[in-house]
Amino acid sequence: MTDSLHIDWTACDGRGLCAELLPELLAEDDWGYPVARGDMTVPAALEPAAREAVDRCPALALRLVKQVQQVSQVRQPSR
Amino acid sequence: MSDDILWYFARGTGVVSLVLLTVVVALGVGARSGRTAFGLPRFAVNLLHRNAALLSVLFLAGHVIALLFDSYANLDPIDLVVPFVGSYRPFWLGLGTVALDLLAAIVITSLLRHRLGARTWRIVHWLAYLSWPIALPTGWARAATTAPGGCGRSRSAVSPWWGRRWCGVRPRRSAASRPATNAGSHHDWPFRQRRPSR
Amino acid sequence: MTSMMTAPVARVEQRLLTGDAAHGPLPALTGAEIIAMARDAGITGRGGAGFPVWRKLSAVAGTGRPAVVIANAAEGEPAAGKDKALLTTAPGLILDGLQLVARATGAKSVHFYGPAAALGPIGALVRRRGEAVELHAAPDAFVSGEESAVVGAVSGRGAVPADKRVRITESGVGGAPTLVQNVETLAHLALIARYGPAWFRSAGTVDEPGTFLATVSGSVNRPGIVVEAGYGVPLGDLITAAGRRVLAAASDRVSAAGIQAVLIGGYHGGWVPADPTLPVSREMLAPYRAAPGAGVVIALPAGSCGLTETARIANYLAGEVAGQCGPCVNGPPRMAETLADLARRRNRPGLPAEVERLARLVSGRVACRHPDGTARLVVSAMRAFDADVSAHLAGRCLALEGSW
Repeated sequence: MTDSLHIDWTACDGRGLCAELLPELLAEDDWGYPVARGDMTVPAALEPAAREAVDRCPALALRLVKQVQQVSQVRQPSR
Repeated sequence: MSDDILWYFARGTGVVSLVLLTVVVALGVGARSGRTAFGLPRFAVNLLHRNAALLSVLFLAGHVIALLFDSYANLDPIDLVVPFVGSYRPFWLGLGTVALDLLAAIVITSLLRHRLGARTWRIVHWLAYLSWPIALPTGWARAATTAPGGCGRSRSAVSPWWGRRWCGVRPRRSAASRPATNAGSHHDWPFRQRRPSR
Repeated sequence: MTSMMTAPVARVEQRLLTGDAAHGPLPALTGAEIIAMARDAGITGRGGAGFPVWRKLSAVAGTGRPAVVIANAAEGEPAAGKDKALLTTAPGLILDGLQLVARATGAKSVHFYGPAAALGPIGALVRRRGEAVELHAAPDAFVSGEESAVVGAVSGRGAVPADKRVRITESGVGGAPTLVQNVETLAHLALIARYGPAWFRSAGTVDEPGTFLATVSGSVNRPGIVVEAGYGVPLGDLITAAGRRVLAAASDRVSAAGIQAVLIGGYHGGWVPADPTLPVSREMLAPYRAAPGAGVVIALPAGSCGLTETARIANYLAGEVAGQCGPCVNGPPRMAETLADLARRRNRPGLPAEVERLARLVSGRVACRHPDGTARLVVSAMRAFDADVSAHLAGRCLALEGSW
């Protein structure tokens, strides 16, 4: 079961630790907030780093979630 | 002799713990304001903040344990939890107890923050701004009496009343063993006698 | 499916807008029947996202836990007026629909969330009908109608969007599975229950059945009028219903009765050419990256600069961010500024590319689709008004020069 990163944007402060710990998956946008390089799926090799990033997030905004309950269907509502 | 070692150990660990806590608070404030320290990446500053905090807890534990066994401090375990009920200089000891309790709350919530949620954790973490200033004067008061001559310095630096209070720290050392201190200060004997030693 | 291209079935219709009086009592249906009815009718949510109603219903019902259902009448968008119109013409149908979804999901509590002014009349009707519906006032803000914002408001947390790690249909108000449906959707369900799915499908296209409510504004004689029509209705019919004669020629934009372009889907929508024959459906608007959405149609008059108008809207949207998510706090304002620079012909190198980059940067990230919608609008303006973009970059403005 692969995990994928989930960012709670309402909590994220853009402190930038996750992008430093997971440069393979995350970059920083113009304002210091993390932006996904790809689809946020965490390869097995990066899992320890991902756990560390989740653990170190000062805002507890980063999570590892099981891929199944991820995005696409969750995004029902527009506006 | 062993009392002396305990006494020095208690003061030493207390001072180191306080210095570490100062670094921790500074790093925390810096990280919060978005600055990085020493050219380190932000996660490194974050780890330093955490590890320095845990290390300071270790030293603080040493400090507290030493005080528990120090017959002069005459600490009761209840003094670790409830402030201002101690026999030995209850005010300063009480401040230390408050600082200890606040720090315990901060550390425990930090270790459990993924369970507690960011909101609770953050609110408790704000107590650091209370805990550190409370710990500071107690630490300094004791530190000032650690070294011979420390009393004189602190006495000159602060008001006579405070200086007397602080220097009264080590009154009951026998005049022979520590002539530099205010042996037999009238302030402290009653405190010691109020609660018989266990 | 392009059946309506050969035989346009969609005409301006009167279904919802005939009001409450014309309909008989609501038939007694079981929960399973209601879900099956919604599935057979192929009805989608009319709040903007267009998600199949039966899927949400069965997701909530499938949890097996007591659910919460909410009628959503919050339309924060200034150009939208169809939910308000429906509240005055057919409030009974809305409450009928609310009872239907409550039955379908086994709801333990039923809520109505809408503008404060509507709560009095709705409350009176609820009491007359002897139903138990809790009323909640929606703040007058753009994002207040977003699904998770609705749940937040009903939960007493404030009407701002929330993180959607767990679907609202699984855990919404107080952790209960929660169904949020737009009031127009509910009114449609009330009619489907009476007249059947086949009747519902007799309007619209095969893939997008039924009618929808459109709010037509801008350069029309009766701005703000609410028109009902089947999906696939020619754009010209909607404009005509709002009181502007639409000339035939499709390719020549100037001849479209003084309308230069049309914004469809509202402030989160996209610009389409003023082609009177253009069918208003998800499928036919897709090439323009627009969608009927919540039915907002805004006609841009010839002589107005599309870039300036879009910059104005983008600026409004940038001011309507909830202030929770970093990329949204920063992205839409920067996009609006960049577009405003282009609109005011304050040229700088790489300006159009910067707009596109920002749009990509803010899309698909935060808790709700506000920055995505803003980006969609801005990018669509860059495409629809590409001649204006070139002119503005050269320091000129086609609208001001009267080239339209």
